[in-house]
Amino acid sequence: MLMSKVLRIENLRVAIEGKEILRGVDLTIKQGEVHALMGPNGSGKSTLSYALMGHPNYEVTGGSVTIDGEDVLGMEPDERAKAGVFLAFQYPTAIPGVTVANFLRHAVTNVRNPERKEGQDLIPMRDFRKEMRQEMDELGMDHEFARRYLNEGFSGGEKKRAEILQLAMLRPAFAVLDETDSGLDIDAVRIVSEGVNRVSAKHSTGVLVITHYERILTYIKPQFVHILFGGQIVEEGGPELVKQLEAEGYDWIRAKYPEAARLAAELEASQQDQGVGV
Amino acid sequence: MSSTSPATTTAPTGFSEEAFETFLQGRDEPGWLVDRRREAFARFKAFAWPTSRDEEWRRTDVRAFKLDAFAPPALHEPGPAAKAAFEPLWKSLSSHYGTGVAHVDGAVVRKPDPASLGGAVFVDLETAVKDHPEILRKHLLTDVVKPSDDVFAALHGAFWSGGSLLYVPEGVKVELPLFSIAGLSADGRVDFGHTLVVLEDGAEATLVRETASVGRGETPGLHVGALEVLQGAASKLTLVNIQNWDDATWHFTRERAVVGKDASLQWTVGALGSRLSKVNQEVALAGEGSAAQVNGVMFTTGRQHLAYFTRQDHQAPHTTSDLLYKGGLKDRSRVVWKGMIRVEKDAQRTDAYQKNDSLILSDSARADSIPGLEIEANDVRCTHGATAGRVDEEMVFLCQARGIPRATAVRLIVEGFFANVYDRITLEPVRETLRRAVAEKLGNS
Repeated sequence: MLMSKVLRIENLRVAIEGKEILRGVDLTIKQGEVHALMGPNGSGKSTLSYALMGHPNYEVTGGSVTIDGEDVLGMEPDERAKAGVFLAFQYPTAIPGVTVANFLRHAVTNVRNPERKEGQDLIPMRDFRKEMRQEMDELGMDHEFARRYLNEGFSGGEKKRAEILQLAMLRPAFAVLDETDSGLDIDAVRIVSEGVNRVSAKHSTGVLVITHYERILTYIKPQFVHILFGGQIVEEGGPELVKQLEAEGYDWIRAKYPEAARLAAELEASQQDQGVGV
Repeated sequence: MSSTSPATTTAPTGFSEEAFETFLQGRDEPGWLVDRRREAFARFKAFAWPTSRDEEWRRTDVRAFKLDAFAPPALHEPGPAAKAAFEPLWKSLSSHYGTGVAHVDGAVVRKPDPASLGGAVFVDLETAVKDHPEILRKHLLTDVVKPSDDVFAALHGAFWSGGSLLYVPEGVKVELPLFSIAGLSADGRVDFGHTLVVLEDGAEATLVRETASVGRGETPGLHVGALEVLQGAASKLTLVNIQNWDDATWHFTRERAVVGKDASLQWTVGALGSRLSKVNQEVALAGEGSAAQVNGVMFTTGRQHLAYFTRQDHQAPHTTSDLLYKGGLKDRSRVVWKGMIRVEKDAQRTDAYQKNDSLILSDSARADSIPGLEIEANDVRCTHGATAGRVDEEMVFLCQARGIPRATAVRLIVEGFFANVYDRITLEPVRETLRRAVAEKLGNS
């Protein structure tokens, strides 16, 4: 096996339109580990995932993100993908006219050949198609799906499966799953989770599951659980923390961290005003 | 022009009376045709030159175009180099389609093979004057396009030279697509080709027309053309125009199809080349139950200026038209698209659709998109719309998040933008040609 990589987030501070959302987040993920990041709406979970991937609207105001000591924050999003970071989007954008297969072939070609220059050959169609069909079979997807335009007219479940198909094909060192369970029925959650487990077992992917429900965590079992609240990680523990949240909800967190609760409430309100996720 | 031509030693330049007489003398045409040319020339002289006060020229400045810098088309044999330059295109189209005709600098250099026409007539227009005068007398510039339409139609009516006639008799179905090439070389630079397509009742055919230049952008070129289509009852026509002149060529053309009862037309336009284009593209749904689908793919770069005026004339009941034009604009280029759906009083149960989408790829590019409706019937469904926008940064981010570099992401998104118009085009080689042309124009910034 390849040497295990380490993704290290240290004192990360992130702002959107000048408003600070993350106020110093520390999180270390090793390849092969499964982490859960939980927290109520407005705590900054999506902000962390977008900032990790390098979305231009998320301004990093402090701290660092490294993989094996190499700076990630200075990289373009495509360089981050090549460095082994994958984000499964909660609401993936549709790209009209670009088929799932064409998109994936470009993605796989670039991620597997990080030194590739623009215009060089794509990976051979036969090999690519064979591999893609195998992965689609594993996810219970019709092969016709590959000919559809990416995320255009996809149901919620189809979008999430397409994200996991991309995950499986790109074999990242680290995968962040942003609310992958939202909007899915229980069967879909199971299928998608099994897909994640299969990929992570095969490629020793370090997984960060972002969720505010416990449901998905019965399928993707975290070893480490972090609670993000008011832009900081306020509690950390093992699977027992999930049980506690299941039993008691977030009220005890709110009671224990009144300053963070105030910030979270403020952010949730502004998020509803602007219609953007934090 | 035409240093290769022994017949034009003292040809005067410009489009004067004298030049017109010289043009006529060189051609030895029948009286009816000479009369029509004279009539068209008189109209040309009578028309005022377009200015920015004319509605169709308001956004299209032709002051830099000097007609008198060109000479009328001369009957001459293009040089071997000019001919050879278009051989690759000829070979490529021959491999995809059936037989074809090719002109270089307005002179015919390749003629269709009559053996593969299955009873249809497909000939260059000079041959048609000799062999099929009855068809031309009846239809050439008489009812579909008329010299009275505007100054360029009149100029074309007087000086048309080269082009082709496709005549498909009743019930004849031409199996393989036919094609025509109009080429401009560095020696000639003038094309006044005319295309006339007549499908009798129940006839079927496909015609792919392409234009191309060699010696890109070195010397100015001029095309003043017209396309006339007449479709009989229940006929089916697939028509493709791919305009890919170099960006030193001026392109003026008027194109109109009249679609008969229960007949159908699929018409695809690739508007890629030219320095400046002014095109009127019209479909007339003249017979009850007729249908037309119009597909436009435009892509402009540099300082190109393309002005397209489309018209969907619904003249009979239960007629359908569906127009989708999509354009990508780079650099300082500009596209003007003005569409009109006109529904006459009798054209009840019309179903008409008109849409123009533009993707602006630079701060200095500009698209003017002006949809229009004129409806006199009361039981119709007409939809129109226009959009203009930039490449969506969220799409770029999604691509980048999957390892696709920005430049490739933009290319994929632009290609994707055109996909819904490609999806309508039934000829695979046409889709491929347009895809390649767009990719090429997108790449060379």
